[in-house]
Amino acid sequence: MKPFFHIGRYFMLMFRAFSRPQKISVYWRQILFEINNIGISSLPIIAIISVFMGGIITIQAAFGFNSPWVPLYAVGYTTRESILLEFSPTIVSLILAGKVGSNIASEIGAMRITEQIDALEIMGINSAGYLIFPKIAASLIIFPFLIAISMFLGILGGYFMGVSSGACSSYEYIFGIQAFYEPWKLYYSFTKVLVFAYIITSVSSYFGYYTTGGALEVGKSSTSAVVYSSILILFFSLILTNLFLSH
Amino acid sequence: MIEVKNINKTFGDRHIVKDVSFKFYQGKTNLIIGESGCGKTTLLKLMVGLHTLDTGEVLYDGKNFPLLDDKGKQEIRTQIGMLFQGGALFDSLTLEENVRFPLDFFTELSLAEKVDRVNYCLERVQLQSKNALYPSELSGGMKKRASLARAIANNPHYLFCDEPNSGLDPKTSIVIDELIQKITQDLNITTVVITHDMNSVMGIGENIMFIHHGENWWTGNKEEILNTNNKELYDFVFASEFIKKVYKNKA
Repeated sequence: MKPFFHIGRYFMLMFRAFSRPQKISVYWRQILFEINNIGISSLPIIAIISVFMGGIITIQAAFGFNSPWVPLYAVGYTTRESILLEFSPTIVSLILAGKVGSNIASEIGAMRITEQIDALEIMGINSAGYLIFPKIAASLIIFPFLIAISMFLGILGGYFMGVSSGACSSYEYIFGIQAFYEPWKLYYSFTKVLVFAYIITSVSSYFGYYTTGGALEVGKSSTSAVVYSSILILFFSLILTNLFLSH
Repeated sequence: MIEVKNINKTFGDRHIVKDVSFKFYQGKTNLIIGESGCGKTTLLKLMVGLHTLDTGEVLYDGKNFPLLDDKGKQEIRTQIGMLFQGGALFDSLTLEENVRFPLDFFTELSLAEKVDRVNYCLERVQLQSKNALYPSELSGGMKKRASLARAIANNPHYLFCDEPNSGLDPKTSIVIDELIQKITQDLNITTVVITHDMNSVMGIGENIMFIHHGENWWTGNKEEILNTNNKELYDFVFASEFIKKVYKNKA
């Protein structure tokens, strides 16, 4: 592993990816395709995980707050804070790194080994721009929506689980999710989402674009994309949390 | 015309292409032949700029391609069509979208005009009415023909074909060869074909360069190749007992 070589090559690739689009209409069509491909298709898995995680957080919170000194609305409050601040922006992004990241790396990697990227270059097309920029743009557009849906479904899952299990009443839960609400926390969450969206797509594209060899190497690129995206997500989550939340 | 002058390329300590010079003429099918691993594909990739040269020149109608700026290189590249060994069709696009791809990028034609052009190209390679098929639904020969259709879609001045017959049966190989030759003559373009298939050599070899261990070992045409006294070329041409027998009977 040569870190400086990879960092340098990554920034050179990004420079090419962000150079002026050769044909706006083709790029725009590609962005719409990617919004569907990497965004909309991720909706079912995000919905399922969010509903279940919301329910689990609620039960754990109710279990932990099993004391007459803690008001029951704290269950809703805790669920909201956990989902808004960490679960939806970070954990869901890690899940997307697995699903979307591996998809991008294997797609571009397969294009590399079957000479499709060479074909683009020979036609005079900036292959990095055509393949990578629409993916990054699409993820920056669609990921915030996915995370917003995840937040909504997580809190909704918590509501159903909390009320149906008797951990708290409907009124207490709804009071809890509105209690001490500070809008800037959403700003913090969505800033993280945008940073993570860029990391997932750009890092995965990088590993796919420089795949050499055959099917085995495509698999390795895909694995590397998920591993390095996940590490970078956690690293930047720590930095952004420190920037936004530390006093 | 394309001319390569004193081209050299090394990968690490391996000298793959050694001081190769050759002229590829317009309106002719120019062949680069040689054994597997002799440096043919590397030479082709050097010519189209997929690899960078160590030394030498690649002249496209007098313009030294490696020395051109990005804009100049792109201008030349829009005039290049290439048929890849595996087809290199875009998996997510239909046949029509694949052939239309260079037109979408580099022309201002209306959709109807582009579709007309696509249909014309598909007809030339005998794939008419297959517009809606995806590459995964095509046979090996159809993929090559589709790739050829995409290569000629934007009226190229230069056509490169990397082993167009590999993996094909002899009958389909002849169809591909004839298509390449006909397109070359009809469009009066400079065509460069890499092959180690002797049927292709004898069918369309108007201007041939034989590469041996990365060097330009012999040049000539399909008539001259059978009477060669160059030992390495003779071994290459008559490697097959079948060709030996056919030639002896003919003689």
